[in-house]
Amino acid sequence: MGSYVPSTDLERREMLSTFGLHSVKELFEDIPQQVRLKEELCLPKGMSELEVRRNMMGLANKNKVFTSIFRGAGSYRHFIPAIVKSVISKESLLTAYTPYQPELSQGILQSIFEYQTMICDLTGMDASNASVYDGATAAAESIMMCQERKRSKVFISKTVNPFVLETVHTYCYGKKIELIIVPEKNGVTDISFIEKKIDSSTACVYIQQPNFYGSFEDGEKIGELAHNAGAKYIMGVNPISLGIAKTPREYGADIAVGEGQPLGIPLSFGGPYLGFMATVDSMKRKLPGRIVGQTKDSNGKIGYVLTLQAREQHIRREKSSSNICSNEALCALAAGAYLSAMGKKGLREVAVQSMSKADYLAERLSELGYKLVNKEEFFNEFVTESPKPVSEVMLLLESKGILGGYPLRGENEGNILWCCTEMNSKKDIDELIAILQEV
Amino acid sequence: MLVFEKSREGRGTSFLPICDVPEVLPSPQFQRKLPLQLPEIAETDLNRHYSELGEKAYGVNHGAYPLGSCTMKYNPKINEEMAGLSGFSEIHPLQTEETVQGCLEVMNLLEKYLCEITGMTHFTMQPGAGAHGELTGLLMMKAYHQKHGDTKRTKIIVPDSAHGTNPASATMAGFETITVPSNKDGGVDVEKLKEAVGSDTAGLMLTNPNTLGLFDKNILEITEIIHNCGGINYYDGANLNAIMGIARPGDMGFDVIHVNLHKTFSTPHGGGGPGSGPVGCKKFLSEFLPSVRSEEKDGRFRLVKAASSIGEMKSFYGNFLIVVRALTYLMTMGKEGVLQASENAVLNANYMLQKLKDLYTPAYNKTCMHEFVLSLEKLKKETGVSALDIAKGMIDKGIHPPTMYFPLIVHEALMFEPTETESKETMDDMIEILRDLYEEAHTTPEQFHSAPISTPVARLNEVEAARNPILKYDWPNEKGDI
Repeated sequence: MGSYVPSTDLERREMLSTFGLHSVKELFEDIPQQVRLKEELCLPKGMSELEVRRNMMGLANKNKVFTSIFRGAGSYRHFIPAIVKSVISKESLLTAYTPYQPELSQGILQSIFEYQTMICDLTGMDASNASVYDGATAAAESIMMCQERKRSKVFISKTVNPFVLETVHTYCYGKKIELIIVPEKNGVTDISFIEKKIDSSTACVYIQQPNFYGSFEDGEKIGELAHNAGAKYIMGVNPISLGIAKTPREYGADIAVGEGQPLGIPLSFGGPYLGFMATVDSMKRKLPGRIVGQTKDSNGKIGYVLTLQAREQHIRREKSSSNICSNEALCALAAGAYLSAMGKKGLREVAVQSMSKADYLAERLSELGYKLVNKEEFFNEFVTESPKPVSEVMLLLESKGILGGYPLRGENEGNILWCCTEMNSKKDIDELIAILQEV
Repeated sequence: MLVFEKSREGRGTSFLPICDVPEVLPSPQFQRKLPLQLPEIAETDLNRHYSELGEKAYGVNHGAYPLGSCTMKYNPKINEEMAGLSGFSEIHPLQTEETVQGCLEVMNLLEKYLCEITGMTHFTMQPGAGAHGELTGLLMMKAYHQKHGDTKRTKIIVPDSAHGTNPASATMAGFETITVPSNKDGGVDVEKLKEAVGSDTAGLMLTNPNTLGLFDKNILEITEIIHNCGGINYYDGANLNAIMGIARPGDMGFDVIHVNLHKTFSTPHGGGGPGSGPVGCKKFLSEFLPSVRSEEKDGRFRLVKAASSIGEMKSFYGNFLIVVRALTYLMTMGKEGVLQASENAVLNANYMLQKLKDLYTPAYNKTCMHEFVLSLEKLKKETGVSALDIAKGMIDKGIHPPTMYFPLIVHEALMFEPTETESKETMDDMIEILRDLYEEAHTTPEQFHSAPISTPVARLNEVEAARNPILKYDWPNEKGDI
């Protein structure tokens, strides 16, 4: 119905007449008859905007929006200031392409430069790229950055987010990289395993801090082991935690990556999210994707451009280190606006409140017999056992409009991964506890 | 001015209530000692900051954006509104299937529509963009060959006119790239292709219409050559906007493809992303699809994983809110709308080419599809004015330049893709501007070297930016001068 085509029949005829044709069909003569569609596509007819709206709203209404959420596991509901949505709705930023024409794109380039600065400030690193698809692909790309001719083996801890682990596994399959999964012990990385197995063919060691179960890992020790073997050290981080927690730089990491979704991006059923990547100065030319740099114009005025492009696919083709072209610029814009709005005090407050509420919840739960599994200190997620079958607990909570913790699988089957953020008020937590008491 | 330079100690907005539970901090060994540097800025000033950045950017909302290979069509507003519904944007990806039936139906519907448009059997929504889709498809091809014990198939054939992502993706998937040259008509050189294939061929990657905006007439012969030697044909869907409702990659002999929702299906580019690059395949490759697909049975939707899946390409199920936008678009367009889009995209490109080709040399002087390439080699020889100069001259006349210096096989290339959503008068304006610039190149060539002059900055020193990279702002106390 609506096709967004402005041309009228008369204009189409006028245009066709400039090259002496009568029908648009004549323009497609290069397409062999055998591959031309003989019938129209089997799709519904186009609809009016009103009908489309009704249909799409009908679909949206089939989903359940939870007002009280205690589930994280890689996707976190944090407060998003109204200004963030206003910023990413600005049409010239929303509808622009990658800033290939810098003179016409200073706004976008500057916003990326600011984002890069903030990612560096959060992680303590020297250089950041303009983003990749999400935290999992950031992890995979960071591992590719460490590949050298005689060093290709990768150690990755079992305590990283399972999606990250799986994605890294897929990327390593492509490049035939040996991936060694470091087992977990008491909910954290089994350091003695790394100690025994790491060798001079190791390219890197990857851990997540805090890890998938919310616990803080012994980040210094693992970094030392990596560096003593001459390997690189990569740390996946929750950016909110960095409002208060030790930075990857302070742990000695060479590369910091993570899922930027908590920084002003809604849950969105899993995407689009934001993969951030930052590294030390000596490795900046190994970063994949777009990077914005500051320079001057012919009049000496400061401006911004896409830089270090000699790394990239459109120049180096099969010799480039990554194939990434499109990134998550608009999500990076959201993160920049979020971090600017919250400021250093605000981000610290989000981190402290998230941690404090998780601590409060863990205590209340343990009083009910949901025994805490984490042996180490945790940030805003933690694991408990469940005195009742997990599916029953979750169904009950669901019926009360609460999304409970994430039921773990595999070796941890029967346990629940809980999450709190500043969004969970004491009242919500107490309500959750009261409902669980009923079971 | 950077947002950091507007920061003042003590400013800012408080967004959160006071913490209502006892405060807990990490123990000292887990706390950061490195001071956290973030802007402290009042909301008024932050709002103005971004308004200023918005003014220093150019989007499809401003005017024509004929960036070849990027399909900068209009981004419908209804798409944005639907993606913003809380029933989509506030859904946790790890909710139970029963509570996300609407999301699963969205995925299922878009998959059906994409299958019909492209002639494929199944689609995954997981890849985050086109290049990510390429890697996905190539890994599926690899898994297929390995499952059949065909481990010698290590080579991917890519024409020299291909997007740079094609060979780069092949490398990431662990393949060696074999480049085949184009023939004099801009298509794949079939004889050279025959020489290149063999028992080590894993497959071919092709864009059709290709990056020259030309439909390869020999397409059936090409895909057959690959099939006959045991290879698989990958379709780069970047140029799908030319052929919707007219021809389908699946009927041309392609086995696996990606589509760019942020090109063909009208979702906004966001200054570089997020995109979305769903990958479709024929039945024999379905068992290797990554992630999960949404399948319907008796009115209920379930997430199903393929039997020999290559695994996960990223977290969760893809850029879902982009999928919502694309579905909204396809519901609006319907079967007649997508056909109309492609027909008008091709008509518009041919109209512009026709009105320019007496002055500017077409790389290939024939009917084009949705885009066309001009070579400014002759103009440069005559006047010293290059493709870059003309592009910068266009900026001063108020339009976004086309893609420059691509494809690599055309010298001084400018690649135009007007798309179907530009009106005749917008194109007439562009044509007039380009014709004026041609005249100016002959009369006052020197003025081009200072273009653009109407922008917030003049031409920027990119060499210096790469030689001495400044990639972030250094706060004053880091430098020690406060």
